[in-house]
Amino acid sequence: MKKKVVIVDYQLGNLFSVKQALLNVGLDVVISSQADDINDADAVVLPGVGAFADAMSNLAKMGLVDPLKNYIAGGKPFMGICLGLQLLFTNSEEFGDSKGLDIIPGTVKKFKPSPEFPVLKVPQISWNQIGKPEGRSWDDSPLGESKEGEYMYFVHSYYVEPQDHKVALTETTYGDVKYVSSILKKNIFACQFHPEKSAEEGLKIYKRWALNNQLI
Amino acid sequence: MNVRIIPRLDIKGPNLVKGIHLEGLRVLGKPEAFARYYYENGADELFFQDTVASLYDRNSLHDIITLTAREIFIPLTVGGGLRTIQDIRDVLRAGADKVSINTAAIKNPAFIREAALKFGSSTIVVAIEAIRQQNGEYLAYTDNGREHTGIEVLSWARQVEELGAGEIVITSVDREGTGLGFDVELTRMVAEQVGIPVIAHGGASSPEDIARAVTAGKADAVAVSSILHYDYITHQQHAGNYEKEGNTSFLTSGRGFNKIKPCTLQDIRGKLISEKIPTRSTI
Repeated sequence: MKKKVVIVDYQLGNLFSVKQALLNVGLDVVISSQADDINDADAVVLPGVGAFADAMSNLAKMGLVDPLKNYIAGGKPFMGICLGLQLLFTNSEEFGDSKGLDIIPGTVKKFKPSPEFPVLKVPQISWNQIGKPEGRSWDDSPLGESKEGEYMYFVHSYYVEPQDHKVALTETTYGDVKYVSSILKKNIFACQFHPEKSAEEGLKIYKRWALNNQLI
Repeated sequence: MNVRIIPRLDIKGPNLVKGIHLEGLRVLGKPEAFARYYYENGADELFFQDTVASLYDRNSLHDIITLTAREIFIPLTVGGGLRTIQDIRDVLRAGADKVSINTAAIKNPAFIREAALKFGSSTIVVAIEAIRQQNGEYLAYTDNGREHTGIEVLSWARQVEELGAGEIVITSVDREGTGLGFDVELTRMVAEQVGIPVIAHGGASSPEDIARAVTAGKADAVAVSSILHYDYITHQQHAGNYEKEGNTSFLTSGRGFNKIKPCTLQDIRGKLISEKIPTRSTI
């Protein structure tokens, strides 16, 4: 029987491409806003495009904050994409200070121009490179088949800063900010870039993630 | 920021078309085939424009988008005839990642804010169709450069950013389809006005033009159509499997693109790299 992957629909962002990517690697996909579906899932994907505060308020309104936290604490595979990465953090500096799910200690910060890059365009909408943090191997990760320096598609104005750098799986540079562009911590894989929009190299990541977690 | 190369597909009904100054459309073939080809050859994104949507007040690309989005895993922007939040929701649901709005934004600028709040700024691209006036000023037009609005382009670009747009695609209607090169001055003025990415569109005739749009024009991305489409068609004809459904006699007559030097995405990418312009490259 095919494993059931639930894409969490909290009414922010486009779920079509994430669904297509998961189907493409041979998974069964359910798009749902129901806590029960999250509880019963073999794997959960949290996508998202838009504002951090709106996302948290939608998750709260739909009663999904605790189900998500419980699901992740249960150790089953979880993938966060873009805003779905940022929401895992303690807080975001967007609109002063917004609280996140607080699963990964750290903050979410905004790109700002600097003396060296006075005209930094925000959002970053671009293909950009992912690299290995010093001493980090990708062998055991969803990037097991990706090359150092591979280009991925990014769309974001904010980036994450984890307290514990050991969770960093990739780093990316924009302007003069070198930031963590994906994390891996036990059952949690989350990335700032959009593998579902990063052509065949992105699909490899979905495939590896599914294989590593024995979903296919 | 790494420069994006975005093939732009103008679509009328089931066909890919190309005009000059956004008018006088000619049928080139099936959009799905072109989209697939550009995806396989390393396009950074695709831009689909329903060229007749404004006339009918609706976008009719849903089926083409869905077909494309099932097998093409790069961002798809869709424009043409998107007037309401529901229109945007429908094309996003069909598989688009971003939408491009022009007429609806000009008629009601608050629509940009509403859409950006609803779907996120990065989903909302505002298209500005600019025509240079005799006094050197640029004014914004709608409906493929037919409808005069009297709105000055640079102040409009600033306003669009303030209202929450994530990107601006700036079309030089004067140059579009002519192969006279981008209006680099227009692109630069807009790019310097705003803090959001700017996509240059209209007039590309060679990889050199595209490099210039980035170096002199400060564009963050380029939307290209004729030079890529004509190259693809030529390749298909040489391969002997071109479906003769379009009016392509103008191609062989040489009238269609006497100033346009057909080239591939790789040619453009190679030119950018040789000029040390940061862009996605194979590693």
